[in-house]
Amino acid sequence: MAQRLRGINPVGPLAAILLIVLVLGTLGAVALHAGGLSGLNSWDWRAVWFTIWQAVVSATVSVLLAVPVARALARRSFPGRHVLITLLGAPFILPVIVAIMGLVSVFGRSGAVNEALSALGLPPVSIYGWQGVILAHVFFNLPLSVRMILHGWQAIPSERFRLAQSLGFNPVDIARHLERPMLREIAPGAWLAVFLVCLTSFAVALALGGGPKATTVELAIYQAFRFDFDMGKAAALGLIQVGLCLVALLLSSRVTIMAGFGTGMGRGTLITAPRGWYLWTDLLAILLAAAFLLVPMVSVILQGAPSIATLPATVWSAALRSIVMALISTGATLVLALALSLAVAQGQRWIEAAGMLPIVASPLVLGTGLYLMLRGLASPTQLALPVTVGINAAMALPFALRIMIPAARSLHADYGRLAASLGMTGLARLRLLTLPRLARPIGFAGGLAAALAMGDLGVITLFADSENATLPLRLYQLMNSYRMADAAACAVLLMAISFALFWLFDRGGRLNAEI
Amino acid sequence: MRHAIAALTILAAPASADAAELIVYSPDYFASEWGPGPKIEEGFEAICACDLKFVTGDVLPRLLLEGDRTEADVVIGLNSDVTKRARESGLFTPHGQDLSGLTMPVNWSDDIFLPFNWSQTAFVYDGTRLENPPGSFQELLDAPDDLKIVIQDPRSSISGLALLLWVKSVFGDESEDAWRKLRPKVLTVTPGWSESYGLFTDGEADMVLSYTTSPAYHIGAEQDASKRAIIFPEGHYFMVELAAQLKGTDQPELAQSFLDYVVSEDFQSMIAEANWSYPANLPRDMLPAYFAALPRPEKTLFLDEDAAEAARRPALDEWLSVFAE
Repeated sequence: MAQRLRGINPVGPLAAILLIVLVLGTLGAVALHAGGLSGLNSWDWRAVWFTIWQAVVSATVSVLLAVPVARALARRSFPGRHVLITLLGAPFILPVIVAIMGLVSVFGRSGAVNEALSALGLPPVSIYGWQGVILAHVFFNLPLSVRMILHGWQAIPSERFRLAQSLGFNPVDIARHLERPMLREIAPGAWLAVFLVCLTSFAVALALGGGPKATTVELAIYQAFRFDFDMGKAAALGLIQVGLCLVALLLSSRVTIMAGFGTGMGRGTLITAPRGWYLWTDLLAILLAAAFLLVPMVSVILQGAPSIATLPATVWSAALRSIVMALISTGATLVLALALSLAVAQGQRWIEAAGMLPIVASPLVLGTGLYLMLRGLASPTQLALPVTVGINAAMALPFALRIMIPAARSLHADYGRLAASLGMTGLARLRLLTLPRLARPIGFAGGLAAALAMGDLGVITLFADSENATLPLRLYQLMNSYRMADAAACAVLLMAISFALFWLFDRGGRLNAEI
Repeated sequence: MRHAIAALTILAAPASADAAELIVYSPDYFASEWGPGPKIEEGFEAICACDLKFVTGDVLPRLLLEGDRTEADVVIGLNSDVTKRARESGLFTPHGQDLSGLTMPVNWSDDIFLPFNWSQTAFVYDGTRLENPPGSFQELLDAPDDLKIVIQDPRSSISGLALLLWVKSVFGDESEDAWRKLRPKVLTVTPGWSESYGLFTDGEADMVLSYTTSPAYHIGAEQDASKRAIIFPEGHYFMVELAAQLKGTDQPELAQSFLDYVVSEDFQSMIAEANWSYPANLPRDMLPAYFAALPRPEKTLFLDEDAAEAARRPALDEWLSVFAE
């Protein structure tokens, strides 16, 4: 028994228990405060159904569109391919409000697409309504699905492709024998990952929703909290969100998801790509995806750049504060993710589910619960910054785990026995084996965590601190005081910092990966 | 983590010396650099020898969570639509101010909640983009459906809720038909005011649900007179923001003198250009000229808190059922 226990590091399970307390404990605290859960009315149930429906559609569309793009990126080589792959990941880390601005400027009523359509004498397209919510979600999550499926393509050993070539396979045969089996393995995982992200859709995406038809559970929670003062209902809705996600997690637990989401994916021989019209369809897929994902971002930059120079000093100080907070929360995310993924690699499956819990937590319920739990300890204003950092660290964790678990598993499988036979444990093992081997996924996960933390508004309803506002909060303050031009400039700044942080971590992880 | 918290507290602004502290809960926009908060803090600290501290967030939900244990001495920025709930909590104590001189279009005799600024809901348009705006609420309903407006969700926004009560006050039993006519013109319903207003200034929508005082910002801060509020003969819904003193305050004298300050000329003369709304206790001729010249509705509509509370649920259900068809 002692022999068996010695190999198991207690840090992972402890971190997992901490997360369970954070997500389910806060939910419990809110329910307890309310004296139980309240029943839901028919509108709440409609919100639940709409949430499920749009998550299913968004995930399906994201994955279907990702397949041709990922295939094109996998089998074609061209100058700037790595840069393009990095840039295509950018929408996933955009603050929601910034993404909405960009989408509206391209697809809105007075956006570029409709200008072009009316010039051609065609009827306009509207992004307001359910299709707007889906569009926003596909915009956010297409990069995620492309990366995951791209990795699946690159994980097919190049020897298989060489064998296929020597057997004279044409593209149809390759699709049947190599690509489709791979997609059957990878696509469900990608689909579920996107589904989970869309399930707890942010209220801001609703700006495109058009009205009550497109109400998500998150908005219903907000209403219960803010207007009905019905904490019991907020907790009940939060519980439904957790339940939905746990069901999805059970479904996805058999699928390994994401590794090496970073740019250094061009290793191994490039697949020999078919010529002729295949070349043109690949080119089209890449161009369309690049246009869809990059033009909205460029348009945000064009809108906001002129006012950056005149931004007030407090915006810059908020930027600095946000950067420091993002770095601290990224550190916490990485420590937790490392502990959890190593524990999962040693076979503790329940830890994986615990690590995924934050993705299902409603920020509002989480904030209220923490508030109720901590109110005896310190004033919420003093806690505003630490709580924001802590929640950001937890919120980024599911994504970090998705990236690090597969890498930790292969590390355990490849080197676990050797390290054990050498008696390599503790810090030496971490320094000589784990960190160098996992540098790449750690760097990428860190980049993602830092960018997500940078763009997050925090739980401002209860833990706001106007004097020490973060950059996203400053952005909202500008919007709320009519200063839309400054807000657009602030959005550019936020986007630039988020992307810079992402790039630095991602790059840093690759610099040290000399092994 | 402890180091992290230490590092974060260094990032926070230093607290001032040990003067008596007056804690004022307010909405976030109010205390932000671009809201009236900083000026008010400066003005009050000049006369009180105390340290005024704004604590921001969702004021009422937070107070209800905290109950008697709240640190707040005063709240500012409560909206008249939630006063019933706030009053029933029993957390507040009378403000003791003389209300006879208030400069508001409705009579206000509430002894708990003290008004400090007000405005009215209105549809704002851009004269350079929309040449012939509808002249009345009825004309807006009858306008062609390619006239696009953006409104706010009554389930998550105070102004959105005010629109429900506005429509109810204007159209009464016909409100469902009114919504049905308005619906095709609604481009989208945003969760909050700022997303709506952003869509409007981006040129996405012809009109936005905002306030009669919104054009003042564009005139005063941007020298742009093209944004105007349409004045409807049917009347406009009155919205007021309020301050109140907590029963459990440990600084009753300070709290009282803060409320004195709220209705003083010093405070009231900041409101117009700091909060882009009408001060509740300042004659019109003391406003900046362009502000005083803003067109005002002939008719003011307002439901007191009991009527508003009674109307809220049915009006919301009606709105939901029309918009979800």
